[in-house]
Amino acid sequence: MIQQLFFAYFSAAIILLSVLVITRRNPVHSVMWMLLLFFHLAGLYLFLGAEFIAAIQVIVYAGAILVLFLFVVLLLNLREELKTNRFITSWPVSLIICAGILLLIISSLRDFLLGPIGKYSVEYLRKETNTVALGKVLYTEFLLPFEIASLVLLVAIIGAIVLAKRRVKSH
Amino acid sequence: MVPLDWYLILSATVFMIGVFGFLTRRNIIIMFLSIELMLNAVNISLLSFSHYMQDMRGQILAFFVIAVAAAEAAIGLAIIIALFKNKATVHVDEMNEMKG
Repeated sequence: MIQQLFFAYFSAAIILLSVLVITRRNPVHSVMWMLLLFFHLAGLYLFLGAEFIAAIQVIVYAGAILVLFLFVVLLLNLREELKTNRFITSWPVSLIICAGILLLIISSLRDFLLGPIGKYSVEYLRKETNTVALGKVLYTEFLLPFEIASLVLLVAIIGAIVLAKRRVKSH
Repeated sequence: MVPLDWYLILSATVFMIGVFGFLTRRNIIIMFLSIELMLNAVNISLLSFSHYMQDMRGQILAFFVIAVAAAEAAIGLAIIIALFKNKATVHVDEMNEMKG
């Protein structure tokens, strides 16, 4: 019972906050609602037994990505944007399409079958701890993807600096 | 015990809210936030699969999704700054320089 209540609160908050994120006229407000949304998502991840992912959700998403968003929003002068229309004129069509796809996904869930159960049960994770188990899989089975992810981040750093720096006149 | 379907419905709903925001908003920053919303919706389903199948690989995938989202946010926001320097707008309908 308490689990269902917990899930009901978090899912209601997540859906409400994501609607607020996409409907606010001022991007600063959107980013602030997004921050609250990420904390709720981290709570849901804890509920799913993913402590490490919940921690990096708060550290990376809320701490790094959203601060980056906030910096950019505050860097740009968006006073003109506040006067323009919030949505495009044909937004009901998009709403119908999105609701249709959502209904399609939900109706297909009935035929969904879960695959074979792995060895990382709750008891195993309680003994081993989540971060240790995650690290063992990450550094053995997923070593090459991990290295590629570091390369992706390196390219992103270089690309962001090259794109956003001020052009210096050479002569 | 909360059934897996509830998580999948939550994930699909958040994903579709993100799609709707991306399709209807014309402010490029909000469109970017919608993409982040979609990535987070995918993370919810990956982690719920990981929990219910008692497999670690879902969490590893969520980890990579977060890493790629960080890279994508850095590059995308740099592009927004570069665009704003040239056009002084974040309204995507006004960015039509490449039209013939």
